[in-house]
Amino acid sequence: MFGKLTIEALPFYSPIAAGGALVTVGGALLVAIVLTWLKAWKYLWTDWLTSVDHKRIGIMYVVLALIMLLRGFVDALMMRAQQAMALNSGGYLPPEHFDQIFSSHGTIMIFFMAMPFMTGLMNVIVPLQIGTRDVAFPWLNAVSLWLSAAGAALVMVSLVIGKFSTAGWTGYPPYSGIEYNPGVGVDYWIWAILISGVGSTMSGINFIVTILKRRAPGMTLMRMTPFVWTALVASVLMAFAFPAITVACGLLALDRLAGMHFFTNAHGGNMMNYVNLFWIWGHPEVYILILPAFGIFSEVVSTFSRKRLFGYESLVYATAAIGILSFTVWLHHFFTMGSSANVNAFFGVMTMIIAVPTGVKVFNWLLTMYRGRIEFHPSMMWSIGFIVTFVIGGMTGVLLAIPPADFLMHNTTFLVAHFHNMIIPGVLFGYLAGYMYWFPKAFGFAFHRGWGLGAFWCWIIGFYLAFMPLYLLGLKGMPRRMETYNDPTWQPYLLVAASGAAVVLCGIGCMVMQLYVSIRDRAKTRDLTGDPFNGRTLEWSTSSPPPPYNFAVIPTVGDREAFLEMKEKGIAYRRPAAYEPIRIPSNTPIGVILGAFGFVLGFAMVWHIWWLVLASGVVMFAAVIVRSSNDDQEFTMSAAEVKAIEDQRFRLLGSRS
Amino acid sequence: MSAHEREEIETHEQRALGFWLYLMGDAVIFALLFATYAIMIPGTAGGPTGKELFELDNAAIETVLLLVSSMTFGFASLQVKAGNRGAVLAWLAITFLLGAGFVFLEVREFAGMIAKGAGPDRSGFLSAFFTLVGTHGVHVTMGLIWIVVLGAQVALKGLSMPVASRLHRLGLFWHFLDIAWVGIFSIVYLPGLL
Repeated sequence: MFGKLTIEALPFYSPIAAGGALVTVGGALLVAIVLTWLKAWKYLWTDWLTSVDHKRIGIMYVVLALIMLLRGFVDALMMRAQQAMALNSGGYLPPEHFDQIFSSHGTIMIFFMAMPFMTGLMNVIVPLQIGTRDVAFPWLNAVSLWLSAAGAALVMVSLVIGKFSTAGWTGYPPYSGIEYNPGVGVDYWIWAILISGVGSTMSGINFIVTILKRRAPGMTLMRMTPFVWTALVASVLMAFAFPAITVACGLLALDRLAGMHFFTNAHGGNMMNYVNLFWIWGHPEVYILILPAFGIFSEVVSTFSRKRLFGYESLVYATAAIGILSFTVWLHHFFTMGSSANVNAFFGVMTMIIAVPTGVKVFNWLLTMYRGRIEFHPSMMWSIGFIVTFVIGGMTGVLLAIPPADFLMHNTTFLVAHFHNMIIPGVLFGYLAGYMYWFPKAFGFAFHRGWGLGAFWCWIIGFYLAFMPLYLLGLKGMPRRMETYNDPTWQPYLLVAASGAAVVLCGIGCMVMQLYVSIRDRAKTRDLTGDPFNGRTLEWSTSSPPPPYNFAVIPTVGDREAFLEMKEKGIAYRRPAAYEPIRIPSNTPIGVILGAFGFVLGFAMVWHIWWLVLASGVVMFAAVIVRSSNDDQEFTMSAAEVKAIEDQRFRLLGSRS
Repeated sequence: MSAHEREEIETHEQRALGFWLYLMGDAVIFALLFATYAIMIPGTAGGPTGKELFELDNAAIETVLLLVSSMTFGFASLQVKAGNRGAVLAWLAITFLLGAGFVFLEVREFAGMIAKGAGPDRSGFLSAFFTLVGTHGVHVTMGLIWIVVLGAQVALKGLSMPVASRLHRLGLFWHFLDIAWVGIFSIVYLPGLL
């Protein structure tokens, strides 16, 4: 009846694991109680969970990302604490538990923090910047969100029922195979990734079509904002790279479930094939995450330097070049696999080449700031901090691109320091810059600057403290993922690294305070104009938050900085003689239903509850058929309703001036 | 043409593009499965090889069934343009039968191999074979279900614009499966036997 699931799966075997489970269950209960107390369930269901509005979907993505950021960061704190104290001792975490923590930290941060954060920002902003009313496939967009949430929920549930993978976030076989890992941990990892991966693939397709087909009249490709360009290239990578991880994880699942021999030691398996398949996705994934962040930096630097972006064309071409080159460097993740010197040399050279367009962008941002009137908004601080820090990470990357050097540093904390040095300033700082930049647009009130600056300083100081020692430790030969060690000269560095994690914790505290203070003071800090930063692009031409239809009249674009041009010509905020009725996609519960049953399906696969696999699969299938047979997926908002909303908007605009 | 009609045409154009992109993503999946198969051909672990297992007759009949079904789907598409509901249904039914015949032959082939002790768990080579060919077979099965669903829509709703647009995408899918099969025939069966 319940497959492999028994009462043994509950985490009563260790107080720390039980504590983690308690926090998870308690947190979920607390949210449920607060929602019931506020009588917010109906509002949540009708206005949010069933919504297909890209802005709401985007906000829900970002909420998911922030929650998972907390979870992933707790994992990081636990690892730093363990390594700081584990000299000649077992520390406080048993090896098996420590392994779960580094596996879930990586999995969560990449798949369930960075991916939803990026997709969320794209959802909120891309349609606004290209002057359209919604994405091409609003319903599919909701399905993508709920499948991502289902994957995240699987990772969270593994804290309470069963265990998570101990095979690292990359899950290399044969260790992740059934022979060495008979438990459910790797299955949780596989199904979380497979289910959310389907969502990401569909998001990619959705945004390619949206950007290619739904731009406002006059917005040629070379008039798109840098963020839209980077979102386009990232979407192409999503649509064509995610199938590779689907294959890698799917074949691993077949090995584990059906006794196949793709990656096993014996019976003709070839585990190196997994490593190739994984990184054919994995390297483009790095650029999927970082390109939209580059787009955000470009927007932020231009807005807060009060200057047109320097070298727009070069930035666009550099983005496209990175998109193509990102498929030609995957082997640098495993130079030590034993390919011939020529193969390694090819991938080493390609890796150095891909650094060139990235370098071009650094000059774009620097020269945009040059002689600009810079305003030190928190978003701008994240951008400056990024430029300085990212260049260091880039240089260590070029160092690792040299195969002989990589042989020395492979699998050491030098590598850990390198990729955190790319992903924290490059990806996370970029998303946080976007989060603080577009917050007033999404919610209609200001985001507190002081706490934002506090968050920035804590994050950047904490980052240097946490990761610079790891470079040195790597050079001294410390392998990554060590649960215990016996070299006393390592410990001082690990203590510094742990203190860095504590400083980052203060940064996260600042972010929580920023949210609290901003929401508390929202009545006093309303954004009446929709344009708090004297913006240059179309998203600032609508009200904050934008109405359901975004634009009452679709704008006609005459320049790359469309809204700035309108303001300069005095044609911004011009009202039409009459409004027209607008077709808007209707809300539907099918997205959230698919997500819920996707979760059940994954859970049943993990525990081998076959009847439940079948049942949830049938329900999902039926839901898709029902929905896809429905011809009437929109409703019409009448001209009078549109006029009422717009009248209100212009009253607010007038009240300001 | 009213603004609403224009919007509807644009919607269907966007859906077609989206579907093309999905197919290209699917092509990546097939490409990686092909590559995996190619490197696993030597991994027979002392078990049977393709030469001992594959039957050219079976694969040839499968090929004919699938290619002809693509043609009959083409006829259905022409009848969609002509607005001939009965003929569309008839051609869809023929397409379905041909596709079902293909799936039947494939299942029979798989069952025969498993009965001989040459199942997907026998060797890495056979894992790759069953997964590649089976993935294609699952796609064909999905296509069959889709034919039934859209056949029902044609019967109930007629050849309205949304239904015709869905038939167009089903056509893309069905022809795509032909291309994937041509790859399987020429990379799996022919070199395995020759």
